[in-house]
Amino acid sequence: VNGDALAVLTLSAGYNTAVVVVGTACLGIAAGTIGTFLLLRRRALVSDALSHSTLPGIALAFLIATWLGFEGRSLPVLLTGALASGVLGVLAIQAIARYTRLSEDAAIGAVLSVFFGAGVVLLSHIQTLETGNQAGLKTFILGQTAAMNRGEATAIGALALAAVAACALLFKEFRLVGFDPDFARGQGWPVGTIDLILMGLVTLVTVIGLQTVGLILIIALLIVPPAAARFWTERLVTMAVIAAVIGGLSGWLGASLSALFPRLPAGAVIVLVAGGLFLVSFLFAPARGVIATALRAFRLQLALAEQVALRGWLRGRRPTGALGRWLSVRGLARDGVLTPAGRSAAQAAERNARLWERFLIDYPALVPGQAHWGLDPIDRVLPRDLVRDLESRLDEVTP
Amino acid sequence: MTAETFLQIDLPALLAALFACIACALVGNFLVLRRQSLLGDAISHAVLPGIVGGFLIAGSRSTLPVMAGALAAAVLAGVLIEGVRRLGRLENGAAMGVVFTVMFAGGVVLMEQAAARAVDLDADCVLYGQLEDILWLAPTGWASLADPAVWAELPHEVTVLGAVALLCGLVVLLFYKELKITAFDPALATTLGIPAGLFHYGLVVLVAVAAIASFATARLLTDRLPVQLGLSVGIGAVTALSGYGFAAFGPQLLGGANSLSAAGMIAVMAGILLTAAILFAPQHGIIGRRRSRARYRSETV
Repeated sequence: VNGDALAVLTLSAGYNTAVVVVGTACLGIAAGTIGTFLLLRRRALVSDALSHSTLPGIALAFLIATWLGFEGRSLPVLLTGALASGVLGVLAIQAIARYTRLSEDAAIGAVLSVFFGAGVVLLSHIQTLETGNQAGLKTFILGQTAAMNRGEATAIGALALAAVAACALLFKEFRLVGFDPDFARGQGWPVGTIDLILMGLVTLVTVIGLQTVGLILIIALLIVPPAAARFWTERLVTMAVIAAVIGGLSGWLGASLSALFPRLPAGAVIVLVAGGLFLVSFLFAPARGVIATALRAFRLQLALAEQVALRGWLRGRRPTGALGRWLSVRGLARDGVLTPAGRSAAQAAERNARLWERFLIDYPALVPGQAHWGLDPIDRVLPRDLVRDLESRLDEVTP
Repeated sequence: MTAETFLQIDLPALLAALFACIACALVGNFLVLRRQSLLGDAISHAVLPGIVGGFLIAGSRSTLPVMAGALAAAVLAGVLIEGVRRLGRLENGAAMGVVFTVMFAGGVVLMEQAAARAVDLDADCVLYGQLEDILWLAPTGWASLADPAVWAELPHEVTVLGAVALLCGLVVLLFYKELKITAFDPALATTLGIPAGLFHYGLVVLVAVAAIASFATARLLTDRLPVQLGLSVGIGAVTALSGYGFAAFGPQLLGGANSLSAAGMIAVMAGILLTAAILFAPQHGIIGRRRSRARYRSETV
């Protein structure tokens, strides 16, 4: 299996497999990039409603095409139907959220269930038809990656390129509307149009992805990679790039795994790989990962406890227990007495705390947001002349 | 259609749909108020691995292990969503999206593996529900309904759903005040000594129970929790009855031979009622609002 695995991953295990792997990787890149802005706009679950609401369009397109005497199962026909009803679903959500008292999540839930219900009714009708070629419509629900041909892979590749290009071109607009739509509106930006373009891109990715991973799991490709990327960075550009990489990697690895092992449906495996990458990011990412965050919080607590203990010691309160032992480990105290280093550290902490106190009393409006005031060395946070000014008034008594 | 076929085929399905709609309507109201309408949708996807797992462990499609697996998966999903949201500092929608899609994908893989062992587990029935498969073979006519032995053979799907609807009703009746306060203002609830977190998880479990109970029959019903929007139980009952009616009997009236998906039709009926409410509701409907605005304008002029 090892040789096979290498062959699949390096695209040398036959033409068809290579096409599928590259196609799904491109889909992952496109979905990850666009999903970033969807997440920023706090509309992650619109993709849920969108993908469910493509189902009645697919079924109707099949019915109409068959009725007109065309081949009902041709992909362009079905995808046109999906596109139309997906757009209708998004417009319905926006209209309900805007013109009624229902909140957006209720609008999403309502549109999702009603459209999907209509789709299921139509599918149950189609199954009773006598045309006999309706099999395969249901692959849209769970997807059928292995069926991807070269034309489709090329189309997905072109889409990925277009999605990345559109996000690069409209980066400023998407960022502005995503972070602060009210401010954008106030500045005269066409927020509605920008939203519409974003939703149009999301619809495009969803419809293209339907055939590959299915309408339930395409949601995952739009949500999971950006959510995972969020843990690695605080910058939007970096986040979009990382999301694209995670999406592409999920598509690549997922499609390869599915090609290697029997009975691993590609759509689901791609999502599971994305979920695994999400878990790794969630736990281990240095910027916002859970472990890094907890470590930072612990370090902060420890530094604070240490300073408080040292200052207390100057006043004759000797810390006991774990904190006392920690101070001797740090070399700040020995045999129940402060070492010279400990004494100077304690005096520095005392001076720092009192200067911060003075600063908070005299200039409460100037307190910097980023610094841990009271803990960070004040000389490094505030300008020197201000610190000197504070020092001169250290012993003043506030009236 | 004779009384016998109605009693054997249509009545049990109707009752199941009715109970499912009532249970979902009861908990759905509070989800809409908490702006967590999509929790029902998320949970109904996330229970898939639990259902398949319960099925694999028990080796049969009997209700209890499947239900237990589903409930475990639903509670896990609720905890995971909350954990990802809090620890990962992600917004609610993204946390839900991540958890339910990954769990659903896990379920799909499990199901394929299970199908490899040639066991009888149908993806379709999990995806859409099979409301129409509930049969009640005991009654032979209206008169036989007087016989308690006939009632004892009521399909267990119907009994379970009835019990769940009753449970939801009881919880809402008993804790109405607490549910209302925690929904509108969790901070106030906490200061008043009401454990808001406890009620959050309680509601999650209740949603899970309602969703799972409906799951066996009609997963779609759980999707439409939010559609209820305050009109609630009465509307829920109407959608169940009319939706089933249209699905089962509509095609025959129009000359078709086969009936349509009942669960899907119920969702569609809910959508039609929602549209009607949006347009025609006297106070907040679009038409009512436009009219009162016109009146206001003519009076001020």
